[in-house]
Amino acid sequence: MALAMVKPVAAATVEQPRKAMVSIDSVTMSFGTFVAVENVDLTVADGEFLAIVGPTGCGKSTILNAIAGLLKPSGGRVSIDGNPVSGIQNDIGYLFQQDALLPWKTAIENVELGLLFKGVATAERRERSMMWLAKVGLKGFEQRYPHQLSGGQRKRVQMAQALITGPKVILMDEPFSALDIHTRHLMQNELLRLWQEERRAVVMITHDLEEAIALGDRVAVLAAGPRSRVIDSFDVDLARPRDVAEIKLDPRFMDLYRNIWASLRGEVEKSYERRD
Amino acid sequence: MNVATERLIQLGLLVAILGGWQLGVSTGVIDVFFFPAPVDIFNQIVNWVIDPNFYRHVTITLTETVLGYVIGTGLGVAAGVWLGLSRSAARILDPFIKGLNAIPRVVLAPIFVLWLGLGLWSKVALAVTLVFFITFFNAMQGVREVNPVVLANARILGAKRSELLRHVYFPAAASWILSSLRTSVGFAVVGAIIGEYLGASAGLGYLIAQAEGNFDAVGVFAGIIILAVFVLVIDRVLDVVENRLIKWRPNAAEEKTA
Repeated sequence: MALAMVKPVAAATVEQPRKAMVSIDSVTMSFGTFVAVENVDLTVADGEFLAIVGPTGCGKSTILNAIAGLLKPSGGRVSIDGNPVSGIQNDIGYLFQQDALLPWKTAIENVELGLLFKGVATAERRERSMMWLAKVGLKGFEQRYPHQLSGGQRKRVQMAQALITGPKVILMDEPFSALDIHTRHLMQNELLRLWQEERRAVVMITHDLEEAIALGDRVAVLAAGPRSRVIDSFDVDLARPRDVAEIKLDPRFMDLYRNIWASLRGEVEKSYERRD
Repeated sequence: MNVATERLIQLGLLVAILGGWQLGVSTGVIDVFFFPAPVDIFNQIVNWVIDPNFYRHVTITLTETVLGYVIGTGLGVAAGVWLGLSRSAARILDPFIKGLNAIPRVVLAPIFVLWLGLGLWSKVALAVTLVFFITFFNAMQGVREVNPVVLANARILGAKRSELLRHVYFPAAASWILSSLRTSVGFAVVGAIIGEYLGASAGLGYLIAQAEGNFDAVGVFAGIIILAVFVLVIDRVLDVVENRLIKWRPNAAEEKTA
């Protein structure tokens, strides 16, 4: 336990040395009379990788959609880099859980979409897209349609698509949950490598605690829904660069896991009770 | 079963049907007044095909079909996409659309003749009313069934409304629209033919009506066969167009030949 420098801190009072990139101030998300999350306060510093874990159905995704501007909070404020979020945000990258590629466009056409919508000239667009496809290890797959790619390859294309415009914030909604375990490890390492090159603020939603610790700088725990809120926040002070498969054997990883799980377990049990 | 055997069986079936028919006619079992001999029908078709006058009729029917088809599908796609995007407009117009669609189109033919005369346009109008609703409902459905995740992704990537239409809505609706475009061809022909049949001075429908007026069953059957070929040719053209346009779809080509 001596090695594990784990101290739970209240999310609202976390002190950030770097400037805040995403601020969520007492945000409430409700649909009709159903309140998914209530009074959530979260701050993500520039270059910080925040992982949010919580039991299924606790409204994790709605928080992400509020940051993206896809959903409007019924209370509270969200701002990115000091600018309040109203409407769809274009300086974010969103990595969806599902296949979000346009099936009628080839890999390279999908990757260059963000640049196309920003009005970048064709030649530059092609060049940068080729570079990004090479970066995610898909050189030679430029002209393939999504249905001609494997699940992992499609995720790679999605990563390139989300990152090519150099977004200020990267949002991820259980991005690898649909992949098999080996592909998932591969993709997680890939993601860390890309993120390490150019550190952006990341908000990642996951129900996989191992993934949250292995990838994140900080893990926030959400309570069981409805009326979910942030109940705990843990700093993950594991050295980077990390290898996702190996870091799980690190004793400090296990200590963190034990601590966070102690906090999360109660909520998971509650969420099952409410559903049964 | 391999392809060659299947083709052989198909050919065998055709020979059996036509041969049996011809045999029935020559032995007197089948009354030629109602079911003329295949050989006579074939001769009639040949006579028409070598007669330059015949192509005037084909041209007129083709013009009516194409005009009705293009105008009808154009309006159908435009209205379908619009109402697919705007839920409130769709709700407001819904009873009117259902009401209009409930009218049997054939009864409109006399009105169109009254409004537009016996010429080309009354037939075009009839074809338009038949074609419009098919493409309209398909285009609307296609736009509504756009994958919301793909849509959200495109919006986050910065797509404006016109770009969403071009890069997301239209391609997503394309397979729906294209399948309706193929069904519509038959209806465009039906519209043109019925229009001609009810009152015209030229066209394939007119030829059939004339043959019928003379109790000329040979002419009626020959006209029917020519119409079938006419539709098959247009269908084949659309097949090629469709495979060109949606090459991104998995197994688009395999499904077609299967």
